[in-house]
Amino acid sequence: MYEIRFHGRGGQGAVMAAAMLASAFVEEGRYAVAVPSFGFERRGAPVAAFLRVDEREIRRMTNIYRPDCVVCIDPTVGRAVDVFEGVRDGGTLVQTTSAAAGELALPPAIGTVGACDAVAIALEVFGRPITNTIMLGAFARTTGLVSIAALEHALRDSEMRDAGLQQNIEALARGWAGTVVYHIEERAIA
Amino acid sequence: MNATPASASLDRSAEPRDAQSKPKIMVCDGNQAAAWGVALAGVDMVAVYPITPQSSLVEYLAKFIAEGKIDAQLVDVEGEHSVLSVLQGAALAGARTYTATCGPGLAFMFEPYVRGPGMRLPMVMSIVTRDTLTPQSVWGGHQDAMSVREAGWIQMYCESVQEVLDTVVMAYRIAEHHDVMLPVNVCHDGNYLSYGAARIELPPAQSVAAFLGPKDVNWHVALDPDRPMAVDPLTGGAGGPGPRMFVNYRKSHCAGMHHALRVIEEVHRDWEAHTGHRHAGLIERYRMEDAQFAVMTLGSMTGAAKDAVDEAREAGVPVGLVKVKTYRPFPTAAVAEALAGVQALGVVDRSVDFGGGCGPMYRDALAALYRLERRIPSLSFIGGLAGADLTVEHFHRVFERTRALVGSAQGGDTVWLNEKD
Repeated sequence: MYEIRFHGRGGQGAVMAAAMLASAFVEEGRYAVAVPSFGFERRGAPVAAFLRVDEREIRRMTNIYRPDCVVCIDPTVGRAVDVFEGVRDGGTLVQTTSAAAGELALPPAIGTVGACDAVAIALEVFGRPITNTIMLGAFARTTGLVSIAALEHALRDSEMRDAGLQQNIEALARGWAGTVVYHIEERAIA
Repeated sequence: MNATPASASLDRSAEPRDAQSKPKIMVCDGNQAAAWGVALAGVDMVAVYPITPQSSLVEYLAKFIAEGKIDAQLVDVEGEHSVLSVLQGAALAGARTYTATCGPGLAFMFEPYVRGPGMRLPMVMSIVTRDTLTPQSVWGGHQDAMSVREAGWIQMYCESVQEVLDTVVMAYRIAEHHDVMLPVNVCHDGNYLSYGAARIELPPAQSVAAFLGPKDVNWHVALDPDRPMAVDPLTGGAGGPGPRMFVNYRKSHCAGMHHALRVIEEVHRDWEAHTGHRHAGLIERYRMEDAQFAVMTLGSMTGAAKDAVDEAREAGVPVGLVKVKTYRPFPTAAVAEALAGVQALGVVDRSVDFGGGCGPMYRDALAALYRLERRIPSLSFIGGLAGADLTVEHFHRVFERTRALVGSAQGGDTVWLNEKD
């Protein structure tokens, strides 16, 4: 079982991103369960969503406390909540940031970083900082766990409220292309 | 205010549902799964009033009806009292009906809610379970459904998103069975199942149609101008035929509940035969064969509990699990039989029985244990109130506390699982 925790802010689509990624995993023949954190979500307030993927049926319907991967679709949510809480050793961070991956302050548990300036891409594609589908592209690039084709499929089957499908498909591709993947071992060697 | 997240769906069915002949794999949340169940069940009338965490369910229904996926009338009323009143009229006229509610909405619905079972109206209503006020909370818990557990409805709790869809359809066969003729609540946990999205299989419409058979919703009290009859007559009092009539109504209601225990099992077997989807009808025994002690669960907490049982078994801990699906009528005999061999029992409830300061299902379990010839020490655990998480780790604590009872004569005070989270 692989566990992914999404962090974002209300209005950016973290919950929807988790559901779309679950659809993409299922499209590829795996099992997936997405559980959002619950509250009176407000635009701008920190939001989390939890996604499990496995080769067999997933039974537990609970939050995730020891993620293998953290996806931050907002550049500043890490100031409001500890996005690294409980991350497993050798874990992966997929982060929207304008900084280079090597410049991020990371806890020792993080082994792989995918950095993507999703806010800048979103402003170009949508004219607004809605980063969720861009960060799905970044996730695919960083982890290699899901194909862009399956994600596109999931996007086509989702209901887009705030932007068009073509814009989101472009966002997905731009997120994939715009992600730099960095392995911490390489930093140590360098 | 609205806490409804979007869910992504792999719905590729632009075609009418009648054309669908193969199962379809989708990802959807429990609220959407319930709406799909309604779509498959051939419902005639739906009345709605949205409330968190049920809102997206009735929004999906409105959308499905607008898109023609459901050939039903939607009545958008001003509150839950009217929701159920409208649907009772429809059921009296022979319509297959559906609605969903929870928490304060269920409270506002109470007057028609208690009237329906006595009228033997075979209705189906989802309760997207939510803890009750107050303190203020909008999150999940079983307190709303538990508060109406003696109103005479059949109540079934779902474990997974798939089971939500399947149970909504099965509920119509149970409700409309001539030996039952009672309304059914399909309960699914607010938050975890309302918004939790999982891979599910949508059964083919033709399999479901074959499972349901010809529609015969309300044969005993159909409002029909050509066949005028009195419905819901005044009975009771202390003289004349009243007391006898009232007792007859109550006794036959109890008989319907009793028959439901058999019918629920039959319907679950038949659903499996038509769709391949297997769910326990009354209770599920999980790794109980050689269990030294057992835990009982209800609803979506069961998934984490089963994972914990597997881990504990790996570590040599002889634990088994009994999941209750049908809570009303309570399958007392089945529970007693399942627990006959254990030396200790822990019961996990997601609500409070204020009469006993324990969980409500714990009381039902005690009544079942009383049938056995020996005393089994037991503990009531209360967790998952108002949206709190019940994790695999919580269940390991439940196992540890329950196992410690083996060999002792008594249980102990109620354990509040999320008190120190």
